[in-house]
Order: sequence, then structure tokens, then C-alpha cells
Amino acid sequence: MEPIMRVENLSHVYSAGTPFQKGAVRNVSFDIMRGELLGVIGHTGSGKSTLIQHLNGLLKPSEGHIYLAGKDIWENPKEIRNVRFRVGLVFQYPEYQLFEETVRADVAFGPKNMGLSGEELEQRVRHAMEDVGLDASYLDKSPFELSGGEKRRVAIAGVLAMHPEVLILDEPTAGLDPEGRENLLRCLKSYQQKRKSTVLMVSHSMSEIARFSDRILVMKDARVLMCGTPEEVFSRTEELETAGLNTPKAARIALALRKRGVELPESIFTMEALVNALAAKKGGGGVC
Amino acid sequence: MLKDITLGQFFPGNTLAHRLDPRTKLMVTVLYIVALFCAKSFVSYGVMALWLVTAVQVSKVGYKALVKGLKPVWFIIVFTAVLNLIYIKGTPLVTIWKFTIYREAVETAVFMILRIAMLIMGTFLLTYTTSPIRLTDGLETLLSPLKKLHAPVHELAMMMAIALRFIPTLIEETDKIMSAQKARGADFESGGLLQRAKALIPILVPLFISAFRRADELATAMECRCYSGGEGRTKLHVLRFAAKDYLVLALAAVLTAAVIVLGRMGL
Ligand SMILES: Nc1ncnc2c1ncn2[C@@H]1O[C@H](COP(=O)(O)OP(=O)(O)O)[C@@H](O)[C@H]1O
Ligand SMILES: [Mg+2]
Repeated sequence: MEPIMRVENLSHVYSAGTPFQKGAVRNVSFDIMRGELLGVIGHTGSGKSTLIQHLNGLLKPSEGHIYLAGKDIWENPKEIRNVRFRVGLVFQYPEYQLFEETVRADVAFGPKNMGLSGEELEQRVRHAMEDVGLDASYLDKSPFELSGGEKRRVAIAGVLAMHPEVLILDEPTAGLDPEGRENLLRCLKSYQQKRKSTVLMVSHSMSEIARFSDRILVMKDARVLMCGTPEEVFSRTEELETAGLNTPKAARIALALRKRGVELPESIFTMEALVNALAAKKGGGGVC
Repeated sequence: MLKDITLGQFFPGNTLAHRLDPRTKLMVTVLYIVALFCAKSFVSYGVMALWLVTAVQVSKVGYKALVKGLKPVWFIIVFTAVLNLIYIKGTPLVTIWKFTIYREAVETAVFMILRIAMLIMGTFLLTYTTSPIRLTDGLETLLSPLKKLHAPVHELAMMMAIALRFIPTLIEETDKIMSAQKARGADFESGGLLQRAKALIPILVPLFISAFRRADELATAMECRCYSGGEGRTKLHVLRFAAKDYLVLALAAVLTAAVIVLGRMGL
């Protein structure tokens, strides 16, 4: 896989030169690979939201560079609007940005700004609604009469309709009930796989991230703590715990068992893998 | 960014300026403004500048933040100064092209700039060093004699406190909504006047909805805690004058008197 985006030594300082000065991102470097789902996790205030707003040029780096398909996105500041169409960003609680009279018009806002109209626009709106699991009967409703979860999906569809090369979501499941979370995550995963799209998802739920990500970026105090596959990251369970981050339940159980002398591989982080590993041990006449 | 608007912003701190009773600071600010409008010469402006500089030094707010507060009004300041330069006649100083600049005009323009800039910096110093809660508390207490005339002093103070409290929240919210719509390609910077006004709809609609939602939630929360207006309501922190308050007030009164006397003497 090749990187579609590259972040190089990125730093961001808020309110520079005032008593409120704050370094929210410090010297962060990482790659986003084409077609992957990259999960970003970290405590509240670790700089996740600040970091991702750099990726589509909403924030300008205090230091460092961001490359999209090999080109610095700030090379030509006049072109930044184009970058925003190519890197779609869904903010946290995106349902608060709906403003149009119908769902159709709201989802069409982005593609319309790109200059699309007519049949192509309508097609994009319909496909985006399909991608988030809402049928065509929603199109003529007012966004304000929908439930919270439905509004959230409509807002996400509004970004998907721009057909971004990279889709970025800031805590897309925040404030949803468990069922709504699960559904939304499945939709996003299938969108990524079906459209061969690149997705970056911020979350503070370790188990969500563990189950759906191809790679994980862990942020702590404005810096990158780890970056790698779930196996690599969760094999450092203890390190994550000392950093005060929740680890998936299965990883914690595996760690506790290892400490009591049960030989288990370090890469276990889903219940399924744990059960399988234990079953294999039992079958082989292990400690259990 | 909208965030950089410093209007009514409070910089927490623990200096003498922060610890003074808000009523003291309000009264000192009023005295300062009166004195500023009585200042008529370089000597009296010098006294005013000394007053302002001392206050800034004590408050540790920093000149950068103060000067930033002037940003929204630079245009007005320059505009009035230029008008003064052109229209006031007296002893000719220099002639540039068709315009003759007079000595009196230069003087008036300089005073005008000083007056507006110092007025704004002085009042900003008040809001920089006083939290909105304490500011309204002070205002309510100062104005409480008006309650005898059935003026809704408490209600006005409460409205002001709530408004001040929500200004930063709404600014933050506006910033967020703007960013979110920019992420969908909204363009607020190009096009004619009509197009620009139209571009505001995606910001204003969500902003109004959220403001109404917040107002509704706040009203419910206040009712749940049995808020029913000022009648019989006591305060957690009762304002009390300390020795430093009397001292500062006396000093401000002396300075104001000095500036007025200087004005009478034609200085
Ligand atoms: N607009 C802003 N102005 C000033 N400081 C901010 C702003 N946004 C975030 N911060 C600060 O930057 C830090 C990182 O915030 P954020 O990126 O939102 O973290 P996260 O999304 O991981 O919770 C926090 O300490 C926060 O207070
Ligand atoms: Mg965040």
C-alpha cells in the first residue's frame, strides 16, 4: 500500500502570543494508506480534533506539512477549497449543521458547491443516502423532523456525496445508543470496502477502534504515542494502560491470564481470538 | 478567526486589579471616562496615560491583548482623525497639494485618536480583569437603589449575565458551524453582496436553532432549581469594600479632579 496522505512534523499552537497559548498538536508525523481505515484514539484534549482539521486545510499548521497524493496542500492556498472536496471531513455532532428544508437539499449542499447539478447531483445524493443506510423515502422530509441518529446519518451523507478520496470522521458514534453505534460503524466499514475509499475515524472507544480499524494511531498529550496494526498496538497493552487508555476487554483478560502464567500470544484483542486461543490450549491439554 | 475577537473577554488572574471589588472598578472606570472627556491638553492627556499605564501594569494583562482589542475600531479612529485633519482651520502648518494642514487640526486629530483609543483600552481593562459574573453583580448592587422606582434591576442584571456568559459559547459555536460548512465547500469570501448574504444562511439557521435550544434548556434548568426572580434571593458572595477599594477610589477621584482643574487652567 502507498500513502494517500502524509503528515510531517505537524505542530499547532492555539491563540499564539496570548495568555491562552496552547500547543494542541506537537510534532506529529504519520501516513494514511490508500484504502485503509485508520482509527485515531486518545483522551479528550489529546489533540485529535485539532489534528484532523489540518487534513482538509481548515486549520493551517503552525509548523510542518501535509501532503495529499504527494502534493503539499498549502502549496497553493487558493486551491484549498479543492482539497476540502477531496478530503471530506465530518465534524463531531454533525447533525447540528443541517440547515436546508429537505434532506435532499442538505445532502446536495456539498456536491452543489463543487459545481454539480441535474442527474449527476441526484445520483450522488441517492447513493450517499444508501451508503449511510437510509432509503429514498427520507429525501423529501425535513431534516429537523428526524431522530438524532437519522440526522447524524444525513449529515454524514452530505459529506459522502462529495465522493471524497479520504473520508474523515470525528467521533461519529458519540452520543448514539449502542445499537445506533453498531449500525453506523457497519455502514462506514462497508462504505470503505465497497467504494475502496480511505477512511480516518476518531473515537475514544477502544473496542470500536479495535474491531473496525486496519491501523491505529494513538495520541497522548498532543503527540503520537503509537501507530501500527491493532496487533502491534494491543501487544503493548500495559503501555496503553499506564497511558490511562482503555484497552479492549479481551486484551485485558489476555494480559491478566498471561500474568498468571497462561501462555497466550500478545496479539489477542478480540473476544473471538481469545476464545479460540483458549479453546486451542484446552484441546492441546493446556493450563486451563 | 472569530475567536480572536476579544470583546468582553476575561483574563483570569490574581492581581490587585483582579481582586478589587467590581463596584470599585465600575466607578473608577466611570471616573476615568469623565476625566478622559475633560482632558484638553498634552499635560492632562499625560496624566490620563499615566493612569492607564499604571492600571495595565498592575493588572498584568499585557499591551498586546489591549491593542488587539482596538482592531475592530481602527477604521473609525483613523476616519475621525482624517476628517479632523481636513476640516479644522487655524494656523497653517504645511500644504500638501491642495490641502493645507493646520496646527490646530493636527492637535485635535491626535487628541481624538488618544481619546478613543484610551477610552476603549480603559473599558477593556475592566472586562479583562473582571469576570462577567462579578461585573453584573457589581452593576446590580450599584443600581439597586433604582429598585425603589420599580426598575427591574435584577432581571436586567440576570439577562446581562446570561448574555455575557453565552457570547463566547456562541462565538465558538459559530466558528464550529463555519468550519463544518467550509468542509462542505461553503464559500464566504467571494461573490457579490447578495451572494455573500446568501452564503450566511448555512451558518445562521443552525446557529439560531442551537441558540433557541440552549435558551430553552437553560430556562428549564433554572426553573428546576426554583429560580423565580430577584425577590428574596440572597447572594453566595456578598460584595464588601476593603481598604484597598477606598484607596483606589480616592486616588481615581483625585486624578479626575486634577484633570478637571488642569482643564480649567487651560492646560
Ligand atoms: N479553538 C480552540 N482554541 C483554543 N484552544 C483549543 C481550541 N480547540 C481545542 N483547543 C485545545 O486544544 C487541545 C486539544 O483539543 P482537541 O483537538 O479538541 O482534542 P480532542 O479532540 O482530542 O479532545 C485541548 O486542550 C483544547 O482545550
Ligand atoms: Mg475532539
